[in-house]
Amino acid sequence: MSQPSPMITDEQLSAEGLELRNHGQVLLIACGALAREILALTKANGWTHMDLQCLPAIFHNEPEKITPAVKAMIERSRAEYAEIFVVYADCGTGGQLQRLCDDMGVSMIAGPHCYSFFEGNAGFEAREELTCFYLTDFLVRQFDAFFWRPMGLDRHPKLLDMYFGNYTTLVYQAQIQDPALEAKAEECARRMGLTYQYRFTSYGDLAVALTSLAD
Amino acid sequence: MSDQEDDIILSELNDEDLVAQMFDDLYDGLKEEIVEAVNLLLGRDWAPYRVLTEALVGGMTIVGNDFRDGILFVPEVLLAANAMKGGMAILKPLLIATGAPRVGKMVIGTVKGDIHDIGKNLVGMMMEGAGFEVVDLGINNSVDSYLDAIEREGPDILGMSALLTTTMPYMKVVIDTLIEKGMREDYTVLVGGAPLNEEFGKAIGADAYCRDAAVAVETAKEFMARKHNRMAANA
Repeated sequence: MSQPSPMITDEQLSAEGLELRNHGQVLLIACGALAREILALTKANGWTHMDLQCLPAIFHNEPEKITPAVKAMIERSRAEYAEIFVVYADCGTGGQLQRLCDDMGVSMIAGPHCYSFFEGNAGFEAREELTCFYLTDFLVRQFDAFFWRPMGLDRHPKLLDMYFGNYTTLVYQAQIQDPALEAKAEECARRMGLTYQYRFTSYGDLAVALTSLAD
Repeated sequence: MSDQEDDIILSELNDEDLVAQMFDDLYDGLKEEIVEAVNLLLGRDWAPYRVLTEALVGGMTIVGNDFRDGILFVPEVLLAANAMKGGMAILKPLLIATGAPRVGKMVIGTVKGDIHDIGKNLVGMMMEGAGFEVVDLGINNSVDSYLDAIEREGPDILGMSALLTTTMPYMKVVIDTLIEKGMREDYTVLVGGAPLNEEFGKAIGADAYCRDAAVAVETAKEFMARKHNRMAANA
């Protein structure tokens, strides 16, 4: 995989996605919110045979766009690659993404959301945390763009209770250790009126899934 | 929509202009103004049911249509709903006291494991506006919670809501239990929530999937009409 431009920003990953193709054998079709984590893993492990195509991370807020966009990308790319792997969890598609991958003979990472597979799906499920709101590194950085502004909380703070009245805790699942991000996540919890919990997950099942493609 | 809000004195408007202003105020999510206007109309001897249907529901219909058409978004709809809630708080006891027509009764709640109740709350409020009696079971409901409520309340409609892909299969657990107990045909089951679709609704044996609150109301009315027709035919 060619190395990412140092100029790539979270805003670009959110709105446009990312294309890093260098004649690899495996194409990863991923959410833009996972770009930095996938690149960190491919770089650390020397997985030069993996190319990366990220779709706009803002699809997180419009999950109905994910399945058709992944489908289009698979159709566009499948002739060029020996293998395609979809690095999206279900992400609110109601099982449609899994059905698409099954129909098209493509594998995808397991789990309901990235914050499940970052922690490890089994461990995440076992916690049965109904009232937790999760942020990853990317979502901490993009908190205002992904939550605060689209939910109108910058303009109408009185909506806070309607959105988050049933939540108790903000869990920051950290992929890397970064005091600045920790401070920001804690500030997000304060703004939402939730208690704060820090949980270092590293890459969890994402690392496991990508390692299996390297074998 | 109403930049000149400060210049308008609601009590000085005639009925027609006041209702038109209420449409604007609902659209803008102005709860205090809606409360004031509802009280004004009641003071002018409007029946509570007329205030509800002509002013509040009329205004929320515009909000619902603009949401469906991508002109309004969730925050604005929630503000409008909050304003309507203010009006409903005044009207609800009066509607009961005056014996306003009741279209049907619905029990509604989010399924076990799911605390996301924005959609459920919107549906409940719009159903009340459409003349349904709504029993809100709140969030995180088990099969037993639904069954207890059904036996206690005797509703026409059971509504289930879920936001998570992981919780939506629980709707089938509830429906299967109704089938096991021979109760399924006694109720209309409506389901909704962001990750659901029509195919899922059919697969789990619901009567209908409702993509938003407005559709839920129309679907509920349709099923109530069918029920009344069946009852009339069997009479």
